[in-house]
Amino acid sequence: MTDTAWIDNALTSARPQAVGALLRYFRNLDTAEEAYQNACLRALKTWPQNGPPRDPAAWLIMVGRNVAIDDIRRNRKQQALPEDEAISDLDDAEDALAERLDGSHYRDDILRLLFICCHPDLPATQQIALALRIVSGLTVKQIARAFLVSEAAMEQRITRAKTRVAEASVSFETPGAVDRSERLAAVAAMIYLIFNEGYSASGDTAEIRAPLCEEAIRLARLLLRLFQSEPEIMGLTALLLLQHARAAARFDAGGAVILLDDQDRRLWNQAMISEGLALIDKAMRHHRSGPYQIQAAISALHARADKPENTDWTQIDLLYGALEVMQPSPVVTLNRAVAVSKVRGALAALDMIEPLEQRLSNYFHYFGVRGAFLMQLDRNDEARVAFDRAISLANTSAEAAHIRMHLDRLMRDSKPRATKTSKK
Amino acid sequence: MMYAILCYNDEDTVGSWTKEQDAAVMKKLAVVQDKLTKQGRLGPVARLLPTTAATTLRKDDPPLVLDGPFAETKEQLLGFYLVDCKNLDEALEVARDLGAANPGGAYEIRPVGMFTPGRVLA
Repeated sequence: MTDTAWIDNALTSARPQAVGALLRYFRNLDTAEEAYQNACLRALKTWPQNGPPRDPAAWLIMVGRNVAIDDIRRNRKQQALPEDEAISDLDDAEDALAERLDGSHYRDDILRLLFICCHPDLPATQQIALALRIVSGLTVKQIARAFLVSEAAMEQRITRAKTRVAEASVSFETPGAVDRSERLAAVAAMIYLIFNEGYSASGDTAEIRAPLCEEAIRLARLLLRLFQSEPEIMGLTALLLLQHARAAARFDAGGAVILLDDQDRRLWNQAMISEGLALIDKAMRHHRSGPYQIQAAISALHARADKPENTDWTQIDLLYGALEVMQPSPVVTLNRAVAVSKVRGALAALDMIEPLEQRLSNYFHYFGVRGAFLMQLDRNDEARVAFDRAISLANTSAEAAHIRMHLDRLMRDSKPRATKTSKK
Repeated sequence: MMYAILCYNDEDTVGSWTKEQDAAVMKKLAVVQDKLTKQGRLGPVARLLPTTAATTLRKDDPPLVLDGPFAETKEQLLGFYLVDCKNLDEALEVARDLGAANPGGAYEIRPVGMFTPGRVLA
C-alpha cells in the first residue's frame, strides 16, 4: 500500500477515537472536529517524513489538543504554549498519552460521540447525517449524494444538527451502567437507521446508496469491538451482515426488486453470511434475547436455506411471535402473517392481518401482502382491489411495478394459481 | 521442516477493501499458492472471520468463556487446531477438552471464513 493510502486509512480508523477524546476534552463538537482536522493536516505533512507513529489515534489526539489550545490562547491574545508543552517533543508525551488512553475511557468517548449524534432532540434524518459526517468522516458531498439532496441542503442539515446538539446537554462524566446501556440502545438504533437508508433504496439509487449499508456495518463492528459482550450488538451486526449479504441478488438489471423467493442464492455473499451466523451463535450463549437478535435469527433462517422451499417457516413464525411480544407492532404481525401463510395457509394469514387494516391503511406492504393472500385463495376481485390500493400507496416506482406484475398475472390467468407472497 | 506462516494485518484496513480490491489480492495470492500446490508443498490455508466473531476460552479452573479475541500480550502463539464443528458450543466443548488436558493460557476460537485443505502432509 502506498504511504498516502496508508495514512488515509489510519486517519479514518483513528477518527472516532480521536474526535471522541477531543470532544471530552473541549466539550464542543466544532472545536473537537476542527482540532482533529488540524491534526490530520499535520499528520499528512510529518508522517511521510518521520514515519507513522506507533499509535495514530494518540498522536492525533495530542496534536489536535495542543493546536487547539494554541489557537484558543492566540485568540485571547495571550502567549503561545510554553516550549515544553509544544508539539515538537512528541515521543515521550505520546507514550504517556497512550498509557492514559485505557480501554474504558476510549470506549465511553466513542460511545458518547455516537450518542451525541443520535441525541433525542434531533430528527432521524439529522442524526444520520451528523453521524456520517462526524464519526465516519464522510464529506458533505458524499453524504448529500447518498441522500439524494443538494450539497447546500445537506450542509444546512448538518449545521442545524450541530447547533441543536450544542444546546442540548450531554453528560461528560463516565456514564453509569444504566446510562451506558441507554446510550448503546440509541446508538444501535441510529446505526440501523443508516443501514435502512441504504437498504431500502431501489432502482437507480440503489448503487449510490449502498455505501450507507457498508458504513453502518463498519459502525456496528466498531461498536461490537468496544462492547464485546453485548448480545444485542452482536445481533445488530449479524442482522446487517445477513441482510447486506443478499445485496447482489436483490435487484434485476433494470433495478426492479427481486423477491427473496426468486433471488439467485448463489449471488449471496457467503463470507458475510458466515460472519452473521457466527455472531448469532455467540449472542445465543448469553441467553439475553432482544429484537436485533431475533431479527438476525430470522434472517439467518433465510440465509441457511439453499432453496426457498427449504426455508424453516415454522421457526420463522415462532421467532416473529417472540418479536411481537417484545416489540408489538402491526408491521411485525404483517411479517409474521407471511410465515403463517406458508405454515398454515393463506386463510389463517388473512385472518391474522385483517384487524391491522385500520392501523396500516396507508402502508403499501399491507395491501401488497393482503392482495397476495387473496390471490392464493382465488378471491381475485378482492385481490385486485388490494393491489390497486397498494399501487396508489407505492413509495417507489419499483414497488409499483412489482404490484403491477401481480395484477398482470391476475388478468392473464383465467384460472388463477398460487403465487408468491410479497415480502422483501 | 514444516513452517506455519501466520498472517497479521490491520483488520479495519483489510475489511475496508472493496470486493474488487479483495478479489485482486486473492488472485495474486492464488498465483503463489498454485506454485506451492504444484510442488506438493502447500498444506491447509484458512482465512479467518473478523475478530468480532471470536470467542476466547481462558484455561483457568474452571475455564472462563470471554467474548472477543485473545487480547493479552504476555502469552505467545504456540500452535493451532482446525476442527470441524456444528456451532460455537461444539467448538467450545472441544476447546474445554483440550484445555483440561493442557491447562494454562487460553484458546481463541475463531470461525474460518475460507478454507482450502491443500495437500495432506504426512
